[in-house]
Amino acid sequence: MSRSAAAPLATSPIPAAAGVGLRLQHLPELAAAPDDAPPSAAWLEIHSETFLVPGGPRLAMLTDVRRRHPVSCHGVGLSLGSAEGLDAAHLARLSALFDRVKPGLISEHLAWSVVDGVYLNDLLPLPYTERTLAVIAANIARAQDAFGRQILVENPSAYLGFADSTLPEWEFLARLVAATGCGLLLDVNNVYVSALNNGFDAAAYLAGIPAEAVGEIHLAGHSVEDEGEARVLVDTHSTHVCDPVWALYRDVIARIGSRPTLIEWDMDIPAFAELKAEAARAQAVLDAATPQEHARVA
Amino acid sequence: MLLELQRAFRATVTGEADAVAPFVCVARGPATRRIAVYRNTVQQSLVDTLATAFPVVVRIVGARFFRALARDFVVRFPPAVPQLALYGAGFPDFIAGHERTQMLPYLADVARLEWARGECYFAADAPPLDPSQLAGLAPERLAAARLTLHPAARLVRSPFPIHRIFMVNQPDVIAVPPVDMSIPEDVLLTRPGGRVDLRLIAQADAAFVAALAAGAALAQAADAALAADAAFDLQGALQQHFARGTFAAVAAD
Repeated sequence: MSRSAAAPLATSPIPAAAGVGLRLQHLPELAAAPDDAPPSAAWLEIHSETFLVPGGPRLAMLTDVRRRHPVSCHGVGLSLGSAEGLDAAHLARLSALFDRVKPGLISEHLAWSVVDGVYLNDLLPLPYTERTLAVIAANIARAQDAFGRQILVENPSAYLGFADSTLPEWEFLARLVAATGCGLLLDVNNVYVSALNNGFDAAAYLAGIPAEAVGEIHLAGHSVEDEGEARVLVDTHSTHVCDPVWALYRDVIARIGSRPTLIEWDMDIPAFAELKAEAARAQAVLDAATPQEHARVA
Repeated sequence: MLLELQRAFRATVTGEADAVAPFVCVARGPATRRIAVYRNTVQQSLVDTLATAFPVVVRIVGARFFRALARDFVVRFPPAVPQLALYGAGFPDFIAGHERTQMLPYLADVARLEWARGECYFAADAPPLDPSQLAGLAPERLAAARLTLHPAARLVRSPFPIHRIFMVNQPDVIAVPPVDMSIPEDVLLTRPGGRVDLRLIAQADAAFVAALAAGAALAQAADAALAADAAFDLQGALQQHFARGTFAAVAAD
């Protein structure tokens, strides 16, 4: 752990290349590499809350990994959609982590997980109305003030809608961008999952997203449960990215240009090499779309 | 209005009632099917979190029984913070009071040991006490000195053989001789060099560490150890604790 006591890091920007979501199973393997070893991926993304612990080997290994990679911090517990507003203690914990990791990007979800001080550990859905827009915009503005920087907001996967909703999700996101200056983390698999579950056109959704606000893209696999009327796509992050999502991703990149793209895998997690192979598929899409930009980044 | 919806959603995902159903619309099929996806994710992910934190308890009671027990805990005591590494502190006491675990009286103490292991792993970093800080103290100041435990140090004392139960329920253990359940055991957890060290210690040594943890001076703690075992070797015990990183600081008047 002596290496962890080295000089503070500078922020490394996240390249417009394909990165890999860093999971605890792979942390020891990546941390064990010497500081002068080539990077294990173009960039890595962590779940911020996984590293909000007082100290110990997990944080030390993250510091070792960070030295060789640009890292993005992806939050799953801030609950931007909470009616009660954000938890000041959690904002402070995240700020301390960002000071330590110096992430190139930080992101959260258009979702909620906290009510009455209870954390429900899921990205729960929101009705899209003018009133909820005001609540969430205020929460995003408060988070950006606390962190002193922009956050990217990710579209969730959804299994149901609300009778009160008056705005389509893409318009709701565009309005949040306009109101707060936040960026967007476009999860193409989530668009696909929500579209099939809730009966809208994924291509129309993607066309409605303000392209210039998209700072990062997520790709993941989902599972399909039940058949017929009860059929539902569940965003399990447990398998390969499916072909229709690859097709949507190619269309998005061709239209808006290269973006940092992340492969997420959270259940039935394979060896790191398999995640890298999935990232290589995304990299090929980025290379085909804008080779000159990739050359500049590399 | 949004708060009302979120409270209804909470009741729905931590229980069976579809309190949120009046707010919801779905493209096809029954709304209960879609609501169930959220309920399953919330409960399953938290049960999985406990299974990760308490693998020996899982192995003792079996995966099915554990899921039922953990699900009871999850719906009654959902997390208060989003750091899941810190979720489950109340699970050992919950086990102790649960009607279905009364035939396994040692189970709660095994769970306390597993929780202590997690606390040791995630505790704040601090350098261990440098023994040279004690070397220069005059005998009477040494006797009155108070040693502060390292943030990662944990002591778990039990009337059951928790160390042996813990060791024989590791994944690589296949054949197990019978365990004498009448033997009390004390376990000290420390984190020398960043690795959790979980070891059985003598009862006198445990009395010594417990007294120091409670704020006793070194001489008083030694008396507590000698009361448990007249052959307690203070010098030898201190050497071992320095090597294991049990202490972080010394305060001498």
